Amino acid sequence: MSDIIRRDPRAEWIIRNRLHPLHDQYANQEEGGEVRGPSGLLRKFPHKVGFIGPNGIKRIDRLKGNSSAPKGKRSSAAQEVQLPLHKVDSPEYYIMVVADLVGGRLTGHDKDILGLAHKLIAERGGNGAVVAVCFGEVKEEHFDTAGVDRLLHIDGEAFEGYSPEARVQALAQVEAQYPVKQWLFPDSIHGGCDLASRLAARLGERPATQAWQVNVEQTVSRGASASLDITRKTPKILMLLEECADAIDETRHEATPITLDGVSVTAPTIQDQGLMDVDPNAIPMAEAEFILSAGNGIHNWDQFHDAAKVLGATEGASRVAVDDGFMPRSRQVGATGTWVTARVYIAVGISGAIQHMQGIGQVDKVVAINTDAGCDMVKRAALSVIGDSEEILGELMKLTAEHKSTSVSDQAEEDSHAA
Amino acid sequence: MPHKVISLISVGRHPQSGRSRRADQDSRAVELGLKLAGTDLDVVHAGSSQEPVLRQYAGMGLPKVTVLEQDESADALVSIADYLKSEKADIVLTGVRAESGESSGMTPYILSEQLGWPIVARVADIVEIKGDEAQVLLALPRGQRRQVTVKLPFIASIDNAAEAARQSAFGPGLRAKMDSQNGSTVEDSVRVDWSEAPAKARPKRLKIVKAKTAADRFKAATAKPQGGSGKVMKNESAQEQAQAIFDLLIEEKVIR
Repeated sequence: MSDIIRRDPRAEWIIRNRLHPLHDQYANQEEGGEVRGPSGLLRKFPHKVGFIGPNGIKRIDRLKGNSSAPKGKRSSAAQEVQLPLHKVDSPEYYIMVVADLVGGRLTGHDKDILGLAHKLIAERGGNGAVVAVCFGEVKEEHFDTAGVDRLLHIDGEAFEGYSPEARVQALAQVEAQYPVKQWLFPDSIHGGCDLASRLAARLGERPATQAWQVNVEQTVSRGASASLDITRKTPKILMLLEECADAIDETRHEATPITLDGVSVTAPTIQDQGLMDVDPNAIPMAEAEFILSAGNGIHNWDQFHDAAKVLGATEGASRVAVDDGFMPRSRQVGATGTWVTARVYIAVGISGAIQHMQGIGQVDKVVAINTDAGCDMVKRAALSVIGDSEEILGELMKLTAEHKSTSVSDQAEEDSHAA
Repeated sequence: MPHKVISLISVGRHPQSGRSRRADQDSRAVELGLKLAGTDLDVVHAGSSQEPVLRQYAGMGLPKVTVLEQDESADALVSIADYLKSEKADIVLTGVRAESGESSGMTPYILSEQLGWPIVARVADIVEIKGDEAQVLLALPRGQRRQVTVKLPFIASIDNAAEAARQSAFGPGLRAKMDSQNGSTVEDSVRVDWSEAPAKARPKRLKIVKAKTAADRFKAATAKPQGGSGKVMKNESAQEQAQAIFDLLIEEKVIR
């Protein structure tokens, strides 16, 4: 049962109109019954009138329930709206969307492409379904609201990590098994472009790359390092730029799992040796993933540099730290420095000038270490710790060092077991 | 035994002025080729040998540039595939995407499919070649690197993360030999049907507010985007505070 408060205009009108024959009945419902004294006098219990507002002050609603704000339940949680379910029974054709799934979750880019796939089906007509093809680990929980009618999760050891050859073989089998009208890939550096090019070469199709305006008939794509718009017939394989269409947001979809029969993969010619350790300070700050940033509150600079090294974080700084000569100008984060896109940003002793906040606008998780609980950085941060930065950084370094030594010894143990 | 390395080059386009130049990724491919094979590097271009940009590539210290002579409308893939089949190459280096023409980035993939060689995309460096295997560093987003080993022969497309190309010297570039060979005359028949126009600026996506009530619309128009602040730890000990930060870092997988 939904607990949306619905207005009944007729009832409200009757409550307002004291001369209405049904007025007493409706008004009593609202007030919890009229009480008459022994002499027939109307009695009102003053403590029962009104309700306690959010600040603890008693409020009397003299609008008789006609105000738009829900009575007495001001802090009620936002209603979870159940979107209408879009169902596809026994589809005639499929549009395959091979999602990037960065970190196991759909990216905004993937969602745009799912939206485009639905647009194409609507234009084409017929009973088509959008399939999201996923490889490896999947953590996404909201495939249904992203517009996935069918979910093809190709799992297995061969598809873990860097495995473009195995993946393209699987996709070629999908092409053979299902009636696929179109292949949509994100034209991204997360592997979508690579996989699409491999599949296009395998199937002998000529793809449209960097496409940004697509309908059933025509595709407009960028060429010549994005200085040219090429208009052509829409090919079977498309690599799409970001914001090529709007993501699905008004319907819910089935996300029914489908399977691929008998995936057979030949031995790869490219062997994955895993990620390399990169010097975090060699990564351009604008694209670094994890930044440890220092401000005016840092007094022990040697310890700060050590902490960045132990944590494996790229170093950043606020303007004050740079002006005082503790950090080079190239490390400055903010309006005059670099606008960073890190996933995790630890601000040590930075109170958060607005210019600095602009620079970290795109950061996902901010951690603030500060002595002042009222500063702007604490308001922005997902986690704030109030205390002496030197002490906290010391503890953090200790924890990280312990963690690294145990994980290394685990690794060594595994290796010895394997050997 | 030294390995035979071939770099494929194309005519680039300066992003601001639009003038032709040596393409950024292709020149990085030449640089990597020079590192692997020295001046034995074979640099191949499909197009006109009169193209002045080839002299800019040659100015990087190349004694000669092989040119597969063909028209602008001819399909470069055919002549390059023929050339690679006739030469016994071990490593073929290209850019990820050309800076002119369709710039689909499909050339290395189609070559690999035709020759049956593996392709490694977005290479930052080729670390070493041992026997018939090469250690290759791939460029990943956010400055990360992945190491893979791949059997020779293979095709590699070179990412912008590879070492930047050396400066081009004008005189040696002029003196370099242009070794012309006959290229293909096969027309790119698909491309004829396309229409090309200077790129239009893409419309920016607007933030659409789907509010049901006036109050919601007002809120969406005036409210600051930031939500309430997160967890604040004030009175805990330094150990507990550090532990909380550490847990967050582990959860976000920035510490492995």
